[in-house]
Amino acid sequence: MSAQANGDGPQEPDEGSSVPVQRGNAGEVIEVRHGMFGARNGGDTSGYGGLVRTVRMPGESVRPYGSWFDEVADELEGALEEQGLAPENAVEKTVVDRGELTFHIAREHLPQVARTLRDDPALRFELCTGVSGVHYPGETGRELHAVYHLRSLTHNRLIRLEVTAPDADPHVPSIVDVYPTNDWHERETYDFFGLVFDGHPALTRILMPDDWQGFPQRKDYPLGGIPVEYKGAQIPAPDQRRSYT
Amino acid sequence: MATSTHAPAGVRETTEGTVYDVTGGDWDEMAAHAAKSDDERIIVNMGPQHPSTHGVLRLILEIDGETVTEARAGIGYLHTGIEKNLEYRTWTQGTTFVTRMDYLTPFFNEAAYCLGVERLLGIEDDVPDRANVIRVLLMELNRISSHLVAIATGGMELGATTVMIFGFRDREHVLDLYELITGLRMNHAYIRPGGLSQDLPPGTVDALREFVKKMRKNLPEYDALCTGNPVFKARLKDIGYLDLAGCMALGATGPILRSAGLPHDLRKAQPYCGYETYDFEVPTVDTCDSYGRFLLRLEEMRQSLRIIEQCIDRLEPGPVMVGDKKIAWPAQLALGPDGLGNSLDHIKNIMGTSMEALIHHFKLVTEGFRVPPGEVYTAVESAKGELGVHVVSDGGTRPYRVHFRDPSFTNLQSMAAMCEGGQVADVIVAVASIDPVMGGVDR
Repeated sequence: MSAQANGDGPQEPDEGSSVPVQRGNAGEVIEVRHGMFGARNGGDTSGYGGLVRTVRMPGESVRPYGSWFDEVADELEGALEEQGLAPENAVEKTVVDRGELTFHIAREHLPQVARTLRDDPALRFELCTGVSGVHYPGETGRELHAVYHLRSLTHNRLIRLEVTAPDADPHVPSIVDVYPTNDWHERETYDFFGLVFDGHPALTRILMPDDWQGFPQRKDYPLGGIPVEYKGAQIPAPDQRRSYT
Repeated sequence: MATSTHAPAGVRETTEGTVYDVTGGDWDEMAAHAAKSDDERIIVNMGPQHPSTHGVLRLILEIDGETVTEARAGIGYLHTGIEKNLEYRTWTQGTTFVTRMDYLTPFFNEAAYCLGVERLLGIEDDVPDRANVIRVLLMELNRISSHLVAIATGGMELGATTVMIFGFRDREHVLDLYELITGLRMNHAYIRPGGLSQDLPPGTVDALREFVKKMRKNLPEYDALCTGNPVFKARLKDIGYLDLAGCMALGATGPILRSAGLPHDLRKAQPYCGYETYDFEVPTVDTCDSYGRFLLRLEEMRQSLRIIEQCIDRLEPGPVMVGDKKIAWPAQLALGPDGLGNSLDHIKNIMGTSMEALIHHFKLVTEGFRVPPGEVYTAVESAKGELGVHVVSDGGTRPYRVHFRDPSFTNLQSMAAMCEGGQVADVIVAVASIDPVMGGVDR
């Protein structure tokens, strides 16, 4: 289903293979990486330093999405039109991947879309399971993502909303009005990613100390740690170790 | 009653008002002093090191006499950065971290995380039946041990120490089973992406049957001790009230939601690990209070025993890890004189006969496997509610981002709604009925 939806791009993984599927040009490029072990200085005797890997997330899907996904997409588009909001302005793209439905929403329309999803009888996503932040430093202009999972108990469905904001303007409207449960969740995402949820009643740090500097779960924020000696050898801190890009 | 006009020992004036440092015996003195001041508002800081706040939870209560007018929770004292740490370890090593989040529900954490990784890999359907049965078995044992702690600590906070002793006595039986099966009482990392780290050791089935028999005898003791006890009922009934609308708005799930009468349980609604094939009921009550949540936890333990019995009957011999050797952990574990480790046969093979097997072992253990890019959300019904995991992969050997929607975190938000307008003593009962575990709240 997702392979078809993504056009020429991805193939379903081969039977019994964990080799990553090379996606076509359809995906969303989030980063281009060079080399293999992260070694930047010194000569490259292995040749692995010349490797280039384009990191692509699953791209936009085309109709039909399959399952109940079309019904939800239709209902959402219809409901938004009724409110005088052109669906193509609110829903930037729709991704169906691994049996999950994602709507990428333009951030200024998020509260209205969330309210529609909650209140429309045919949609009725009553339960929000909070917001999760993701930082894609390589995705210029869309570095910060806020990901919401909405559950409908009435229809027994789960969808994902994804909103992006650039690093330079890290603002997303708050949906605490619509889903009060997001109070702490938005504070957590602010705490870790620096995403400012406009309209939140009291956007303060929640897990980190109040006077903490920086946003720890951003990719450019180091994990920290000290080298450890083990049997005479120095083991570097986890974020300093050689890694496979 | 202290009538002294002296200021109590720990008192200082700040721009926010008078701050009293009270540690116990000087309470009367402080109250007398405060009564003399013009400010009628008293804010009591409870915790983070208070035995009744379930770990390092800080409650900030604004009180008027014995009535709580405002309640706020301060959290974060147990934040360990597990989600950030996961981004620097392989997918398999991730289980070692997530098992430590809510340390009373390690198997739920592991299962939710592994289901996410498996969906990203596209191997959900390849996980062997035996692995799924054992996962269900462990999750239900875990539900019992978690509920036992909830009831035991809740009882202790009321002064019912017998309930506490009984609860921890029975939890000990569950921990013995964990130790038998995984080698550890907690922090197991037993459920791995693709299956389990190892099969059940010999004698497990007998131990399980023995356990079920014991629990069938012991569970009614809680009924006898608490359910009809007038003191217990007086303390719990109508306390910590949160109705269905409140639950939905605040995102409360698990026993709190079911105490408002909605039979929502992800094991029935969105089954995983084969839950749709088990015969069990989702109990509900419509009292919306702490007493209802206590009754629910008792009934859920009985239902878990039913599921465990069904698991025992379904344990057919077979593999416990996916067949794909590019994912499955290469080492065959065996019990040696110095504990569990790589089996001698496996060592002999990789060190003596097959260079390729050695390379394979080395690559999989040090580099790990790659997971195709994408994001998924998987959720399990943990003992406390919906435990959701948002896993993002960039196609590498490490998670790009893992976020846990821990039910304790979300449910704890409802503390204010449950406590405001009630008595100070009832705050303890309400928080106990939420059953927050700070390891999960703060992660």
